Amino acid sequence: MASVTSTTTSAHRPRFSFWRLVLYAICIILAILFLFPIVWTAISSVKPPAEASAAPPTFLPSRIDFGNYVKLNDYGRGVWNYVGNSVGTAIMTVIGSTILSTLAGYGFSRFRFPAKNLMFVLILMTLMIPFQSILIPLFLILTGLKLQNTLFGLALVYITFQLPFGVFIMRNSFDTVPREIEEAALLDGCTPFTMLYRVMLNIVRPGIITVGIYAFLNSWNEFLAALIFMTKETSFTLPILLTSVRSGYYGAIDWGALQAGLMVTILPCIIIFLLLQRYYVVGLTGGATKG
Amino acid sequence: MSVVNSGMKARRTESTGGAIGQRSIGLLFVLPAVLFTVVFFLIPLVMTVFMSLNDWPLLGQHEFIGLENYANLVNDRQFWNSLWFTTRYTLLVTPMIFILAFGLALLVNLPLHGVGIFRTIYFLPVVIGLGTSSLLWVWLLHDRVGAIDAILLGLGLIDRPIVWLADPNFAMLAIIMSVVWKTVGFTMILLLTGMQAIPLELYEAARVDGASYIGRLRYITMPLLRRTFALALILSVIGSYLGFDQFFIMTAGGPQNSTISVVYWIYKNSFTNFKLGYGASMSIVLLVVLVILSVIQLRLLRDETSY
Repeated sequence: MASVTSTTTSAHRPRFSFWRLVLYAICIILAILFLFPIVWTAISSVKPPAEASAAPPTFLPSRIDFGNYVKLNDYGRGVWNYVGNSVGTAIMTVIGSTILSTLAGYGFSRFRFPAKNLMFVLILMTLMIPFQSILIPLFLILTGLKLQNTLFGLALVYITFQLPFGVFIMRNSFDTVPREIEEAALLDGCTPFTMLYRVMLNIVRPGIITVGIYAFLNSWNEFLAALIFMTKETSFTLPILLTSVRSGYYGAIDWGALQAGLMVTILPCIIIFLLLQRYYVVGLTGGATKG
Repeated sequence: MSVVNSGMKARRTESTGGAIGQRSIGLLFVLPAVLFTVVFFLIPLVMTVFMSLNDWPLLGQHEFIGLENYANLVNDRQFWNSLWFTTRYTLLVTPMIFILAFGLALLVNLPLHGVGIFRTIYFLPVVIGLGTSSLLWVWLLHDRVGAIDAILLGLGLIDRPIVWLADPNFAMLAIIMSVVWKTVGFTMILLLTGMQAIPLELYEAARVDGASYIGRLRYITMPLLRRTFALALILSVIGSYLGFDQFFIMTAGGPQNSTISVVYWIYKNSFTNFKLGYGASMSIVLLVVLVILSVIQLRLLRDETSY
Protein backbone atom coordinates (compact mmCIF):
# COMPACT_ATOMS: atom_id res chain seq x y z
CA MET A 1 0.00 0.00 0.00
CA ALA A 2 2.88 2.31 0.84
CA SER A 3 4.38 2.39 -2.62
CA VAL A 4 0.92 2.33 -4.14
CA THR A 5 -0.13 5.68 -2.92
CA SER A 6 3.18 7.43 -3.03
CA THR A 7 3.34 6.75 -6.75
CA THR A 8 -0.09 8.08 -7.41
CA THR A 9 0.21 11.16 -5.26
CA SER A 10 3.31 12.47 -6.98
CA ALA A 11 2.26 14.58 -9.90
CA HIS A 12 5.00 13.74 -12.36
CA ARG A 13 4.37 10.05 -12.82
CA PRO A 14 2.60 8.64 -15.88
CA ARG A 15 -1.15 8.97 -15.48
CA PHE A 16 -2.12 5.42 -16.32
CA SER A 17 0.21 3.50 -14.12
CA PHE A 18 -0.51 -0.01 -12.95
CA TRP A 19 -1.12 1.16 -9.37
CA ARG A 20 -3.64 3.70 -10.51
CA LEU A 21 -5.64 0.93 -12.12
CA VAL A 22 -5.44 -1.12 -8.94
CA LEU A 23 -6.73 1.84 -6.93
CA TYR A 24 -9.62 2.33 -9.32
CA ALA A 25 -10.43 -1.35 -9.06
CA ILE A 26 -10.50 -1.11 -5.26
CA CYS A 27 -12.71 1.98 -5.44
CA ILE A 28 -15.13 0.28 -7.80
CA ILE A 29 -15.33 -2.97 -5.83
CA LEU A 30 -16.06 -0.97 -2.67
CA ALA A 31 -18.65 1.10 -4.51
CA ILE A 32 -20.42 -2.09 -5.58
CA LEU A 33 -20.40 -3.37 -2.00
CA PHE A 34 -21.82 -0.10 -0.65
CA LEU A 35 -24.44 0.28 -3.36
CA PHE A 36 -25.50 -3.36 -3.49
CA PRO A 37 -28.11 -3.33 -0.69
CA ILE A 38 -29.85 -0.26 -2.07
CA VAL A 39 -29.72 -1.29 -5.73
CA TRP A 40 -30.79 -4.83 -4.87
CA THR A 41 -33.81 -3.47 -2.99
CA ALA A 42 -34.72 -1.27 -5.95
CA ILE A 43 -34.44 -4.16 -8.41
CA SER A 44 -36.36 -6.59 -6.23
CA SER A 45 -39.13 -4.13 -5.49
CA VAL A 46 -40.15 -4.09 -9.16
CA LYS A 47 -40.16 -7.86 -9.56
CA PRO A 48 -43.53 -9.57 -9.83
CA PRO A 49 -44.57 -10.39 -6.21
CA ALA A 50 -43.92 -14.13 -6.54
CA GLU A 51 -40.35 -13.50 -7.73
CA ALA A 52 -39.74 -10.90 -5.01
CA SER A 53 -40.31 -13.58 -2.36
CA ALA A 54 -38.60 -16.39 -4.27
CA ALA A 55 -36.26 -18.68 -2.34
CA PRO A 56 -33.51 -18.72 -3.39
CA PRO A 57 -33.74 -15.18 -4.78
CA THR A 58 -33.71 -14.59 -8.53
CA PHE A 59 -31.41 -12.00 -10.00
CA LEU A 60 -33.19 -9.80 -12.54
CA PRO A 61 -36.97 -9.38 -12.75
CA SER A 62 -38.60 -11.34 -15.57
CA ARG A 63 -40.62 -8.18 -16.19
CA ILE A 64 -41.10 -4.83 -14.46
CA ASP A 65 -44.09 -5.11 -12.18
CA PHE A 66 -45.39 -2.73 -9.52
CA GLY A 67 -47.40 -5.43 -7.77
CA ASN A 68 -45.26 -5.12 -4.63
CA TYR A 69 -46.15 -1.45 -4.34
CA VAL A 70 -49.82 -2.30 -4.77
CA LYS A 71 -49.51 -4.88 -2.00
CA LEU A 72 -47.71 -2.39 0.22
CA ASN A 73 -50.72 -0.17 -0.22
CA ASP A 74 -52.92 -2.90 1.30
CA TYR A 75 -51.33 -2.46 4.72
CA GLY A 76 -53.37 -0.59 7.31
CA ARG A 77 -54.82 2.54 5.83
CA GLY A 78 -52.79 2.40 2.65
CA VAL A 79 -49.29 3.62 2.13
CA TRP A 80 -50.27 7.24 1.46
CA ASN A 81 -51.56 7.58 4.99
CA TYR A 82 -48.11 6.72 6.34
CA VAL A 83 -46.22 8.73 3.74
CA GLY A 84 -48.47 11.60 4.82
CA ASN A 85 -47.59 11.02 8.49
CA SER A 86 -43.88 11.01 7.75
CA VAL A 87 -44.08 14.03 5.45
CA GLY A 88 -46.27 15.96 7.89
CA THR A 89 -43.98 15.30 10.85
CA ALA A 90 -40.91 16.12 8.77
CA ILE A 91 -42.37 19.40 7.46
CA MET A 92 -43.33 20.55 10.95
CA THR A 93 -39.91 19.57 12.26
CA VAL A 94 -38.13 21.39 9.42
CA ILE A 95 -40.19 24.57 9.81
CA GLY A 96 -40.00 24.55 13.60
CA SER A 97 -36.29 23.87 13.85
CA THR A 98 -35.26 26.34 11.15
CA ILE A 99 -37.36 29.18 12.62
CA LEU A 100 -36.37 28.56 16.24
CA SER A 101 -32.70 28.03 15.35
CA THR A 102 -32.53 31.14 13.17
CA LEU A 103 -34.12 33.35 15.81
CA ALA A 104 -31.96 31.95 18.60
CA GLY A 105 -28.81 31.99 16.45
CA TYR A 106 -29.43 35.67 15.70
CA GLY A 107 -30.07 36.42 19.37
CA PHE A 108 -26.96 34.63 20.58
CA SER A 109 -24.77 36.11 17.87
CA ARG A 110 -25.81 39.76 18.00
CA PHE A 111 -27.28 40.70 21.37
CA ARG A 112 -26.36 40.85 25.00
CA PHE A 113 -28.92 39.94 27.59
CA PRO A 114 -29.05 38.49 31.09
CA ALA A 115 -28.21 34.79 31.52
CA LYS A 116 -27.14 34.53 27.89
CA ASN A 117 -24.36 32.00 28.44
CA LEU A 118 -26.53 29.95 30.75
CA MET A 119 -29.23 29.64 28.09
CA PHE A 120 -26.71 28.76 25.42
CA VAL A 121 -25.22 26.02 27.57
CA LEU A 122 -28.71 24.76 28.39
CA ILE A 123 -29.55 24.34 24.72
CA LEU A 124 -26.23 22.66 23.95
CA MET A 125 -26.67 20.34 26.93
CA THR A 126 -29.38 18.63 24.92
CA LEU A 127 -26.55 17.40 22.73
CA MET A 128 -24.77 15.71 25.60
CA ILE A 129 -27.74 14.09 27.27
CA PRO A 130 -29.28 11.64 24.83
CA PHE A 131 -33.03 11.80 24.41
CA GLN A 132 -33.19 8.03 24.91
CA SER A 133 -32.64 8.61 28.60
CA ILE A 134 -35.56 11.02 29.04
CA LEU A 135 -38.09 9.22 26.84
CA ILE A 136 -40.19 8.00 29.77
CA PRO A 137 -41.18 11.44 31.14
CA LEU A 138 -41.44 12.78 27.58
CA PHE A 139 -44.02 10.10 26.97
CA LEU A 140 -45.94 11.21 30.09
CA ILE A 141 -45.71 14.90 29.12
CA LEU A 142 -47.02 14.25 25.62
CA THR A 143 -49.82 12.09 27.01
CA GLY A 144 -50.63 14.83 29.54
CA LEU A 145 -50.81 17.42 26.76
CA LYS A 146 -53.10 15.07 24.80
CA LEU A 147 -50.46 14.99 22.07
CA GLN A 148 -49.83 11.26 22.09
CA ASN A 149 -50.37 9.76 18.63
CA THR A 150 -50.29 13.20 17.00
CA LEU A 151 -47.76 14.24 14.36
CA PHE A 152 -47.56 17.62 16.08
CA GLY A 153 -46.49 16.09 19.39
CA LEU A 154 -43.83 13.96 17.72
CA ALA A 155 -42.58 17.01 15.80
CA LEU A 156 -42.31 19.02 19.05
CA VAL A 157 -39.93 16.41 20.47
CA TYR A 158 -37.93 16.22 17.24
CA ILE A 159 -37.62 20.02 17.10
CA THR A 160 -36.24 20.16 20.64
CA PHE A 161 -33.51 17.68 19.81
CA GLN A 162 -32.60 19.50 16.59
CA LEU A 163 -32.07 22.75 18.48
CA PRO A 164 -28.50 22.28 19.77
CA PHE A 165 -27.21 21.53 16.29
CA GLY A 166 -29.43 24.17 14.67
CA VAL A 167 -28.66 26.97 17.12
CA PHE A 168 -24.97 26.20 16.93
CA ILE A 169 -24.92 26.29 13.12
CA MET A 170 -27.05 29.44 12.95
CA ARG A 171 -25.04 31.26 15.62
CA ASN A 172 -21.90 30.51 13.62
CA SER A 173 -23.61 31.67 10.42
CA PHE A 174 -24.61 35.01 11.94
CA ASP A 175 -21.15 35.41 13.43
CA THR A 176 -19.64 35.43 9.95
CA VAL A 177 -21.87 38.27 8.70
CA PRO A 178 -19.83 41.49 8.63
CA ARG A 179 -20.97 44.23 10.99
CA GLU A 180 -20.84 46.87 8.25
CA ILE A 181 -23.89 45.41 6.57
CA GLU A 182 -25.98 45.94 9.68
CA GLU A 183 -24.61 49.39 10.32
CA ALA A 184 -25.69 50.48 6.87
CA ALA A 185 -29.12 48.97 7.40
CA LEU A 186 -29.40 50.63 10.81
CA LEU A 187 -28.82 54.00 9.20
CA ASP A 188 -31.72 53.22 6.89
CA GLY A 189 -33.89 52.82 10.00
CA CYS A 190 -34.05 49.04 10.31
CA THR A 191 -35.28 47.56 13.59
CA PRO A 192 -33.75 44.26 14.76
CA PHE A 193 -36.72 42.37 13.31
CA THR A 194 -36.72 44.01 9.89
CA MET A 195 -32.95 43.64 9.90
CA LEU A 196 -33.25 39.90 10.37
CA TYR A 197 -36.03 39.58 7.85
CA ARG A 198 -34.81 41.90 5.09
CA VAL A 199 -31.05 41.84 5.42
CA MET A 200 -29.77 38.85 7.33
CA LEU A 201 -31.97 36.01 6.11
CA ASN A 202 -30.53 36.13 2.63
CA ILE A 203 -26.99 35.99 3.89
CA VAL A 204 -27.45 33.11 6.30
CA ARG A 205 -29.62 31.08 3.92
CA PRO A 206 -27.00 28.30 3.47
CA GLY A 207 -27.04 27.77 7.23
CA ILE A 208 -30.82 27.58 7.24
CA ILE A 209 -30.77 24.99 4.45
CA THR A 210 -28.22 22.93 6.39
CA VAL A 211 -30.39 23.00 9.51
CA GLY A 212 -33.43 22.09 7.40
CA ILE A 213 -31.80 19.05 5.77
CA TYR A 214 -30.72 17.60 9.09
CA ALA A 215 -34.15 18.26 10.58
CA PHE A 216 -35.78 16.49 7.65
CA LEU A 217 -33.53 13.44 7.67
CA ASN A 218 -33.62 13.00 11.44
CA SER A 219 -37.38 13.31 11.56
CA TRP A 220 -37.90 11.03 8.58
CA ASN A 221 -35.56 8.35 9.90
CA GLU A 222 -36.19 8.46 13.65
CA PHE A 223 -37.39 5.16 15.06
CA LEU A 224 -37.49 4.83 18.86
CA ALA A 225 -39.53 7.91 19.79
CA ALA A 226 -41.97 7.24 16.95
CA LEU A 227 -42.31 3.65 18.17
CA ILE A 228 -43.16 4.78 21.69
CA PHE A 229 -45.30 7.86 21.02
CA MET A 230 -47.26 6.56 18.03
CA THR A 231 -49.17 3.58 19.37
CA LYS A 232 -52.22 3.86 17.09
CA GLU A 233 -51.71 2.16 13.76
CA THR A 234 -53.11 5.13 11.82
CA SER A 235 -50.44 7.47 13.18
CA PHE A 236 -47.41 5.29 12.37
CA THR A 237 -44.55 6.92 10.50
CA LEU A 238 -42.90 4.98 7.65
CA PRO A 239 -40.16 3.20 9.67
CA ILE A 240 -42.79 1.94 12.12
CA LEU A 241 -45.08 0.87 9.28
CA LEU A 242 -42.19 -1.13 7.84
CA THR A 243 -41.80 -3.13 11.05
CA SER A 244 -45.46 -4.07 10.90
CA VAL A 245 -45.16 -4.99 7.20
CA ARG A 246 -42.21 -7.12 8.20
CA SER A 247 -44.19 -8.94 10.91
CA GLY A 248 -46.72 -9.71 8.20
CA TYR A 249 -50.50 -9.85 8.16
CA TYR A 250 -51.06 -13.57 7.95
CA GLY A 251 -47.97 -14.85 9.69
CA ALA A 252 -45.87 -15.13 6.55
CA ILE A 253 -43.68 -12.16 5.72
CA ASP A 254 -44.51 -10.37 2.46
CA TRP A 255 -40.96 -9.67 1.30
CA GLY A 256 -42.11 -7.87 -1.84
CA ALA A 257 -44.16 -5.37 0.15
CA LEU A 258 -41.21 -4.86 2.49
CA GLN A 259 -38.91 -4.11 -0.45
CA ALA A 260 -41.42 -1.61 -1.85
CA GLY A 261 -41.75 -0.01 1.60
CA LEU A 262 -37.99 0.24 1.96
CA MET A 263 -37.77 2.03 -1.38
CA VAL A 264 -40.51 4.49 -0.41
CA THR A 265 -38.62 5.24 2.81
CA ILE A 266 -35.09 5.38 1.42
CA LEU A 267 -35.59 7.21 -1.85
CA PRO A 268 -36.58 10.66 -0.48
CA CYS A 269 -33.49 10.69 1.77
CA ILE A 270 -31.18 9.84 -1.10
CA ILE A 271 -32.73 12.39 -3.47
CA ILE A 272 -32.56 15.18 -0.89
CA PHE A 273 -29.00 14.27 -0.01
CA LEU A 274 -27.85 14.18 -3.64
CA LEU A 275 -29.53 17.51 -4.41
CA LEU A 276 -28.29 19.31 -1.32
CA GLN A 277 -25.08 17.40 -0.59
CA ARG A 278 -23.03 20.60 -0.35
CA TYR A 279 -25.12 21.90 2.54
CA TYR A 280 -25.16 18.54 4.24
CA VAL A 281 -21.37 18.29 4.36
CA VAL A 282 -21.16 21.87 5.65
CA GLY A 283 -23.25 20.66 8.57
CA LEU A 284 -20.78 17.88 9.33
CA THR A 285 -17.79 20.16 9.38
CA GLY A 286 -19.47 23.25 10.82
CA GLY A 287 -21.11 21.23 13.53
CA ALA A 288 -18.19 19.00 14.27
CA THR A 289 -14.66 19.46 13.00
CA LYS A 290 -14.45 23.18 12.59
CA GLY A 291 -16.51 24.17 15.61
CA MET B 1 -13.92 23.01 23.33
CA SER B 2 -15.48 24.20 20.13
CA VAL B 3 -18.19 25.96 22.04
CA VAL B 4 -15.72 27.93 24.06
CA ASN B 5 -13.84 29.07 20.98
CA SER B 6 -16.81 30.37 19.10
CA GLY B 7 -18.19 31.90 22.29
CA MET B 8 -15.09 34.01 22.46
CA LYS B 9 -15.45 34.93 18.83
CA ALA B 10 -19.01 36.08 19.41
CA ARG B 11 -18.01 38.24 22.33
CA ARG B 12 -15.36 39.90 20.24
CA THR B 13 -17.74 40.84 17.44
CA GLU B 14 -20.18 42.16 20.00
CA SER B 15 -17.79 44.58 21.59
CA THR B 16 -16.14 45.81 18.40
CA GLY B 17 -19.23 46.21 16.26
CA GLY B 18 -21.85 48.69 17.38
CA ALA B 19 -24.29 46.33 19.05
CA ILE B 20 -27.87 46.94 18.10
CA GLY B 21 -29.52 49.24 20.63
CA GLN B 22 -32.03 47.42 22.81
CA ARG B 23 -30.51 44.76 24.96
CA SER B 24 -33.42 42.74 26.22
CA ILE B 25 -34.62 42.25 22.66
CA GLY B 26 -32.03 39.49 22.28
CA LEU B 27 -33.90 37.59 24.95
CA LEU B 28 -36.98 37.68 22.77
CA PHE B 29 -35.11 35.98 19.94
CA VAL B 30 -33.75 33.12 22.00
CA LEU B 31 -36.83 32.66 24.17
CA PRO B 32 -38.75 30.21 21.92
CA ALA B 33 -35.76 27.87 21.67
CA VAL B 34 -35.16 28.10 25.41
CA LEU B 35 -38.82 27.41 26.11
CA PHE B 36 -38.75 24.26 23.98
CA THR B 37 -35.61 23.10 25.72
CA VAL B 38 -37.11 23.68 29.16
CA VAL B 39 -40.40 21.91 28.43
CA PHE B 40 -39.13 18.98 26.38
CA PHE B 41 -35.68 18.55 27.85
CA LEU B 42 -35.05 20.11 31.25
CA ILE B 43 -38.37 19.18 32.86
CA PRO B 44 -38.20 15.57 31.55
CA LEU B 45 -34.62 15.34 32.82
CA VAL B 46 -35.64 16.40 36.32
CA MET B 47 -38.69 14.13 36.08
CA THR B 48 -36.47 11.16 35.21
CA VAL B 49 -34.59 11.65 38.47
CA PHE B 50 -37.84 11.98 40.43
CA MET B 51 -39.50 9.02 38.72
CA SER B 52 -36.51 6.81 39.43
CA LEU B 53 -37.29 7.26 43.15
CA ASN B 54 -40.88 6.10 42.69
CA ASP B 55 -42.83 2.98 41.96
CA TRP B 56 -44.50 4.39 38.86
CA PRO B 57 -46.94 2.19 36.93
CA LEU B 58 -48.36 3.49 33.66
CA LEU B 59 -51.85 3.68 35.15
CA GLY B 60 -52.72 4.38 38.76
CA GLN B 61 -50.95 6.12 41.62
CA HIS B 62 -47.19 6.35 41.90
CA GLU B 63 -45.55 5.85 45.24
CA PHE B 64 -42.28 7.20 46.62
CA ILE B 65 -39.95 4.30 47.39
CA GLY B 66 -36.59 6.02 47.74
CA LEU B 67 -33.70 4.04 46.29
CA GLU B 68 -35.58 0.74 45.97
CA ASN B 69 -35.45 0.81 42.16
CA TYR B 70 -31.69 1.18 42.31
CA ALA B 71 -31.46 -1.64 44.84
CA ASN B 72 -33.47 -3.85 42.50
CA LEU B 73 -31.23 -2.82 39.65
CA VAL B 74 -28.20 -4.20 41.42
CA ASN B 75 -29.86 -7.62 41.51
CA ASP B 76 -31.22 -7.46 37.96
CA ARG B 77 -29.11 -10.01 36.11
CA GLN B 78 -30.47 -8.98 32.73
CA PHE B 79 -29.57 -5.33 33.35
CA TRP B 80 -25.95 -6.23 33.99
CA ASN B 81 -25.99 -8.60 31.03
CA SER B 82 -27.29 -5.75 28.87
CA LEU B 83 -24.66 -3.37 30.14
CA TRP B 84 -21.97 -5.95 29.42
CA PHE B 85 -23.45 -6.80 26.02
CA THR B 86 -23.63 -3.12 25.04
CA THR B 87 -20.04 -2.60 26.17
CA ARG B 88 -18.87 -5.62 24.17
CA TYR B 89 -20.80 -4.44 21.13
CA THR B 90 -19.26 -0.96 21.44
CA LEU B 91 -15.76 -2.41 21.82
CA LEU B 92 -16.25 -4.54 18.70
CA VAL B 93 -18.01 -2.10 16.40
CA THR B 94 -15.97 1.02 17.16
CA PRO B 95 -12.52 -0.24 16.07
CA MET B 96 -14.12 -1.90 13.04
CA ILE B 97 -15.68 1.37 11.94
CA PHE B 98 -12.49 3.26 12.68
CA ILE B 99 -10.12 1.06 10.72
CA LEU B 100 -12.44 0.85 7.73
CA ALA B 101 -13.25 4.56 7.82
CA PHE B 102 -9.57 5.46 8.01
CA GLY B 103 -8.80 3.25 5.02
CA LEU B 104 -11.70 4.71 3.06
CA ALA B 105 -10.70 8.26 3.96
CA LEU B 106 -7.14 7.64 2.76
CA LEU B 107 -8.50 6.13 -0.44
CA VAL B 108 -10.91 8.97 -1.28
CA ASN B 109 -8.29 11.56 -0.34
CA LEU B 110 -6.12 10.43 -3.27
CA PRO B 111 -5.98 12.64 -6.36
CA LEU B 112 -7.92 10.24 -8.58
CA HIS B 113 -10.32 11.38 -11.26
CA GLY B 114 -13.92 11.00 -10.18
CA VAL B 115 -12.99 10.33 -6.58
CA GLY B 116 -15.86 12.59 -5.50
CA ILE B 117 -18.33 10.08 -6.88
CA PHE B 118 -16.80 7.34 -4.73
CA ARG B 119 -16.98 9.60 -1.68
CA THR B 120 -20.68 10.14 -2.29
CA ILE B 121 -21.32 6.43 -2.83
CA TYR B 122 -19.54 5.36 0.37
CA PHE B 123 -21.42 8.04 2.27
CA LEU B 124 -24.85 7.25 0.84
CA PRO B 125 -25.99 4.69 3.48
CA VAL B 126 -25.47 7.32 6.19
CA VAL B 127 -28.56 9.23 5.10
CA ILE B 128 -30.75 6.14 5.47
CA GLY B 129 -32.28 5.65 8.92
CA LEU B 130 -30.77 2.99 11.17
CA GLY B 131 -34.20 1.41 11.64
CA THR B 132 -34.76 1.31 7.89
CA SER B 133 -31.33 -0.09 7.13
CA SER B 134 -31.81 -2.72 9.84
CA LEU B 135 -34.99 -3.89 8.11
CA LEU B 136 -33.17 -3.96 4.80
CA TRP B 137 -30.51 -6.20 6.33
CA VAL B 138 -33.10 -8.48 7.90
CA TRP B 139 -34.11 -9.25 4.34
CA LEU B 140 -30.55 -9.46 2.95
CA LEU B 141 -29.54 -11.81 5.77
CA HIS B 142 -32.59 -14.07 5.57
CA ASP B 143 -31.57 -17.69 5.11
CA ARG B 144 -34.09 -18.44 2.35
CA VAL B 145 -34.90 -15.26 0.42
CA GLY B 146 -31.79 -13.25 1.35
CA ALA B 147 -29.06 -12.32 -1.10
CA ILE B 148 -26.08 -12.87 1.20
CA ASP B 149 -26.55 -16.58 1.78
CA ALA B 150 -27.40 -17.00 -1.91
CA ILE B 151 -24.14 -15.33 -2.92
CA LEU B 152 -22.05 -17.26 -0.37
CA LEU B 153 -23.66 -20.52 -1.52
CA GLY B 154 -23.13 -19.60 -5.14
CA LEU B 155 -19.45 -18.91 -4.52
CA GLY B 156 -19.17 -22.20 -2.69
CA LEU B 157 -18.00 -20.48 0.51
CA ILE B 158 -20.67 -22.21 2.60
CA ASP B 159 -22.55 -25.40 1.85
CA ARG B 160 -25.71 -24.70 3.77
CA PRO B 161 -27.43 -21.37 4.49
CA ILE B 162 -26.45 -19.55 7.66
CA VAL B 163 -29.41 -18.46 9.77
CA TRP B 164 -27.55 -15.26 10.65
CA LEU B 165 -29.90 -13.56 13.09
CA ALA B 166 -31.04 -16.68 14.98
CA ASP B 167 -27.59 -18.16 15.43
CA PRO B 168 -25.81 -17.00 18.62
CA ASN B 169 -22.48 -17.30 16.82
CA PHE B 170 -23.51 -15.04 13.96
CA ALA B 171 -26.14 -12.64 15.29
CA MET B 172 -23.64 -10.09 16.64
CA LEU B 173 -21.49 -10.34 13.51
CA ALA B 174 -24.52 -9.79 11.28
CA ILE B 175 -25.67 -6.75 13.26
CA ILE B 176 -22.18 -5.27 13.21
CA MET B 177 -21.97 -5.81 9.46
CA SER B 178 -25.17 -3.87 8.88
CA VAL B 179 -24.23 -1.06 11.26
CA VAL B 180 -20.78 -0.69 9.72
CA TRP B 181 -22.33 -0.44 6.26
CA LYS B 182 -24.71 2.25 7.46
CA THR B 183 -22.33 4.36 9.56
CA VAL B 184 -18.76 3.96 8.26
CA GLY B 185 -19.24 6.76 5.70
CA PHE B 186 -19.90 9.25 8.48
CA THR B 187 -16.58 8.57 10.20
CA MET B 188 -14.90 8.51 6.78
CA ILE B 189 -16.08 12.04 6.01
CA LEU B 190 -15.08 13.30 9.46
CA LEU B 191 -11.57 11.89 9.03
CA LEU B 192 -11.36 13.11 5.44
CA THR B 193 -12.24 16.65 6.52
CA GLY B 194 -9.54 16.42 9.17
CA MET B 195 -7.00 15.17 6.61
CA GLN B 196 -7.80 17.96 4.20
CA ALA B 197 -7.22 20.54 6.91
CA ILE B 198 -3.58 19.43 7.25
CA PRO B 199 -1.34 21.91 5.33
CA LEU B 200 0.06 20.39 2.14
CA GLU B 201 3.46 22.02 2.78
CA LEU B 202 4.03 19.56 5.62
CA TYR B 203 3.74 16.65 3.19
CA GLU B 204 5.87 18.41 0.61
CA ALA B 205 8.61 19.04 3.16
CA ALA B 206 8.49 15.43 4.32
CA ARG B 207 8.71 14.23 0.75
CA VAL B 208 11.73 16.39 0.14
CA ASP B 209 13.29 14.81 3.20
CA GLY B 210 12.61 11.42 1.64
CA ALA B 211 9.79 10.24 3.90
CA SER B 212 7.78 7.30 2.54
CA TYR B 213 3.99 7.25 2.38
CA ILE B 214 3.88 5.19 5.58
CA GLY B 215 6.31 7.59 7.19
CA ARG B 216 4.19 10.60 6.31
CA LEU B 217 1.11 8.76 7.57
CA ARG B 218 2.81 7.87 10.80
CA TYR B 219 4.46 11.22 11.57
CA ILE B 220 2.16 13.78 9.97
CA THR B 221 -1.34 12.46 9.28
CA MET B 222 -1.92 10.40 12.42
CA PRO B 223 -0.64 12.89 15.02
CA LEU B 224 -2.38 15.85 13.40
CA LEU B 225 -5.64 13.90 13.14
CA ARG B 226 -5.77 13.15 16.85
CA ARG B 227 -8.44 15.71 17.61
CA THR B 228 -10.58 14.42 14.78
CA PHE B 229 -9.98 10.86 15.97
CA ALA B 230 -11.11 11.79 19.46
CA LEU B 231 -14.24 13.51 18.19
CA ALA B 232 -15.16 10.59 15.93
CA LEU B 233 -14.45 8.22 18.82
CA ILE B 234 -16.82 10.04 21.18
CA LEU B 235 -19.59 10.09 18.58
CA SER B 236 -19.11 6.43 17.74
CA VAL B 237 -18.93 5.21 21.34
CA ILE B 238 -21.99 7.18 22.44
CA GLY B 239 -23.92 6.11 19.36
CA SER B 240 -23.10 2.45 19.97
CA TYR B 241 -23.95 2.68 23.66
CA LEU B 242 -27.39 4.02 22.80
CA GLY B 243 -28.04 1.32 20.20
CA PHE B 244 -31.64 0.19 20.03
CA ASP B 245 -33.07 0.04 16.48
CA GLN B 246 -30.70 -2.63 15.22
CA PHE B 247 -31.35 -4.99 18.16
CA PHE B 248 -35.09 -4.39 18.33
CA ILE B 249 -35.53 -4.95 14.60
CA MET B 250 -32.90 -7.49 13.64
CA THR B 251 -32.90 -9.92 16.55
CA ALA B 252 -35.60 -8.68 18.97
CA GLY B 253 -32.98 -9.25 21.67
CA GLY B 254 -32.49 -12.87 20.69
CA PRO B 255 -31.26 -15.50 20.24
CA GLN B 256 -31.68 -16.47 23.91
CA ASN B 257 -31.67 -12.83 25.06
CA SER B 258 -28.08 -12.54 23.87
CA THR B 259 -28.50 -9.17 22.11
CA ILE B 260 -30.47 -7.01 24.55
CA SER B 261 -28.83 -3.59 24.69
CA VAL B 262 -29.29 -1.21 27.61
CA VAL B 263 -31.76 1.04 25.81
CA TYR B 264 -33.66 -2.04 24.69
CA TRP B 265 -33.91 -3.26 28.29
CA ILE B 266 -35.10 0.19 29.40
CA TYR B 267 -37.68 0.14 26.61
CA LYS B 268 -38.90 -3.33 27.60
CA ASN B 269 -39.29 -2.46 31.27
CA SER B 270 -40.94 0.88 30.62
CA PHE B 271 -43.15 0.26 27.63
CA THR B 272 -43.80 -3.48 27.68
CA ASN B 273 -43.92 -4.10 31.43
CA PHE B 274 -44.94 -0.49 32.23
CA LYS B 275 -42.54 -0.19 35.15
CA LEU B 276 -41.80 3.44 34.39
CA GLY B 277 -39.99 4.22 37.64
CA TYR B 278 -37.70 1.24 37.22
CA GLY B 279 -37.01 2.24 33.61
CA ALA B 280 -36.19 5.75 34.81
CA SER B 281 -33.65 4.44 37.32
CA MET B 282 -31.93 2.52 34.53
CA SER B 283 -31.94 5.66 32.39
CA ILE B 284 -30.12 7.51 35.15
CA VAL B 285 -27.47 4.79 35.36
CA LEU B 286 -27.06 4.89 31.58
CA LEU B 287 -26.76 8.66 31.74
CA VAL B 288 -24.04 8.47 34.38
CA VAL B 289 -22.15 5.85 32.35
CA LEU B 290 -22.31 8.06 29.25
CA VAL B 291 -21.20 11.17 31.11
CA ILE B 292 -18.22 9.26 32.57
CA LEU B 293 -17.31 7.92 29.12
CA SER B 294 -17.54 11.40 27.60
CA VAL B 295 -15.41 12.94 30.32
CA ILE B 296 -12.74 10.27 29.86
CA GLN B 297 -12.72 10.79 26.13
CA LEU B 298 -12.74 14.58 26.42
CA ARG B 299 -9.74 14.35 28.69
CA LEU B 300 -8.01 12.26 26.05
CA LEU B 301 -8.86 14.95 23.54
CA ARG B 302 -7.45 17.69 25.73
CA ASP B 303 -4.15 15.86 26.27
CA GLU B 304 -3.85 15.37 22.58
CA THR B 305 -4.34 18.99 21.63
CA SER B 306 -1.43 19.92 23.86
CA TYR B 307 0.70 17.46 21.89
